[in-house]
Amino acid sequence: MIPTLQSYLLLGSGIFCLGLFAALSRRNAVGLLVGIELMANGVNLNLVAFSRFTGLIDYQVFALFSIALTVAEVVVGLAIVILIFRHHRGIDTDLVSEFEG
Amino acid sequence: MSLMPYAFGGLTAVVLVGSIFAASSQNLVRSVLWLGAALIGTAGLFALLNAPFLAGIQLSLYTGGIITLMLFGVMLTDREHAVTRQNPSLNPLGALLVAGTFFALLASAIMNTELPMHMGDFNGSTQAVGLNLLQEHLLAFEALSFLLLAAMVGAIVLARRRDAE
Repeated sequence: MIPTLQSYLLLGSGIFCLGLFAALSRRNAVGLLVGIELMANGVNLNLVAFSRFTGLIDYQVFALFSIALTVAEVVVGLAIVILIFRHHRGIDTDLVSEFEG
Repeated sequence: MSLMPYAFGGLTAVVLVGSIFAASSQNLVRSVLWLGAALIGTAGLFALLNAPFLAGIQLSLYTGGIITLMLFGVMLTDREHAVTRQNPSLNPLGALLVAGTFFALLASAIMNTELPMHMGDFNGSTQAVGLNLLQEHLLAFEALSFLLLAAMVGAIVLARRRDAE
């Protein structure tokens, strides 16, 4: 039996929800980024699965855009994390509950 | 074609185990490495879905670039013992409740929706992706390159040491 679109979508939403759990429960900023990365990964899997089961290549191109956006987000996110570390000597998200410049 | 269910099952196990440990590991370095396992498994699933180009991109960009970058992030920003430091969770029960409820919602939506079932031949080759990318989505492609440039410049400006000048 060939795996159906449903199984791929369930797997994708499972990954997304694990990422959501990580993003909600982590206090460390890099852990937060790991969670966001997992969520984006689940979304990409959904897109590629739709590409296969609708026969349209556009979904793959969209997944490519999504991957590039995630990469840009991680790069800027890590730069912000390093900036926060330099300012507060730590990267727990509790430290940045207030911005004072 | 007959091996496909086994490949799907194995890759699903890799992705799920990687995701679970990435989300729950108390050691941040391990968490990032498990994320790498999950991303590699996803690359395999992409290959299974006739998307070889995306599988390659996933491998080189995510597991090659992002994981390395995140490990650098962990090790640069941890004052004490980076590899053994605990990463206490922030109310994990509430987060579990939210994520579980959302998953139940998504699963019921997936199970009750009429989904496309195109099972025939599908040309997902790099050539097809490239033609579609540079013909129909050329403007978005160019905008994306601009965005990547902006992200690069932004990251450099943010992370630069001001006092080093």
